[in-house]
Amino acid sequence: MRIRHVQRSQQGIELQMTPMIDIVFQLLVFFVMTFKIAAPEGDFNIRMPLVAPSEGIPEPEALPPITIKLTALSNGQLEGITFGTRRVKNFAELRQRIIEMLGPDPGPSVLESTEVELDCDYQLRYEYVIETITAISGYVDKESGQIIKLVEKIKFAPLRAG
Amino acid sequence: MRFSRQRGAPQASSDMTPMIDMTFQLIAFFMVLVNFSEGDRNERIRLPLSELAKPPEAPLKTPITLHLTEQGSVIFGPDEVSIPGVERLLSREREFLKARGQDFRTATVIIRGDRAAKTGQVQELIRTCQKVGFEKFVLRARQEAASLGLVTGGT
Repeated sequence: MRIRHVQRSQQGIELQMTPMIDIVFQLLVFFVMTFKIAAPEGDFNIRMPLVAPSEGIPEPEALPPITIKLTALSNGQLEGITFGTRRVKNFAELRQRIIEMLGPDPGPSVLESTEVELDCDYQLRYEYVIETITAISGYVDKESGQIIKLVEKIKFAPLRAG
Repeated sequence: MRFSRQRGAPQASSDMTPMIDMTFQLIAFFMVLVNFSEGDRNERIRLPLSELAKPPEAPLKTPITLHLTEQGSVIFGPDEVSIPGVERLLSREREFLKARGQDFRTATVIIRGDRAAKTGQVQELIRTCQKVGFEKFVLRARQEAASLGLVTGGT
């Protein structure tokens, strides 16, 4: 007589992998579908004067702001940049002028007391304003890769029609 | 005559472990990189680029995000209004902050302006916010691809 069920007691417990793999793949598909590469965003602080004139006596140490004027063509393209009374060719030169104005190794007090006012034409494309703010607020040091800060106080001049 | 029924059909068994390992690693990768904080972003806005636009180290206190489109309309939450229409929405927001016991003057208005928007419209928007009483503003820009070391899409 043959003994039929010899192997039964030696069989291991068989795990059902199929449901787990189903769920895992569903999770994977969910994350793949919702994945999106988004470039990081950053902020530039701007100091805006209040609508009403500020009350009280102005600070005696406060220097008048340096005006950067941005003029635009009718299609919004940048026409010219004026730093104070001098015309500059591009944003690199504008940054150079700012660095020259602040002097070598400016301390925090110099950076805090320096204020720049942006006087822009109405129809100027907004990207040029950000380029200007980028040029005057700092630069990335090529050797260390760190941001060297320049002017921190930036504001808009009162709105005028272009 | 004997039949050997089992001999011709052996059970094919494959080792699932490497596949499951890889799948879990992929899931972990996507889970870590998934970004749920994109509620303040809008696909219609193509932000201007800046090499200095680094993400802030600390989150802003009471941020209010306004999207200024190329056409000059403003998107605030689900609403899209003209620039003067923002005043009503921000007044409502101010009352909401007051009701929650927060000082609305400490709120920061984040302006996400399209790169092709007019600067005058940005200034008008700021002036409208000032009328309501908001005082702190930041202009948002997208980090330039060159400074990231990679090439990204156009949005």
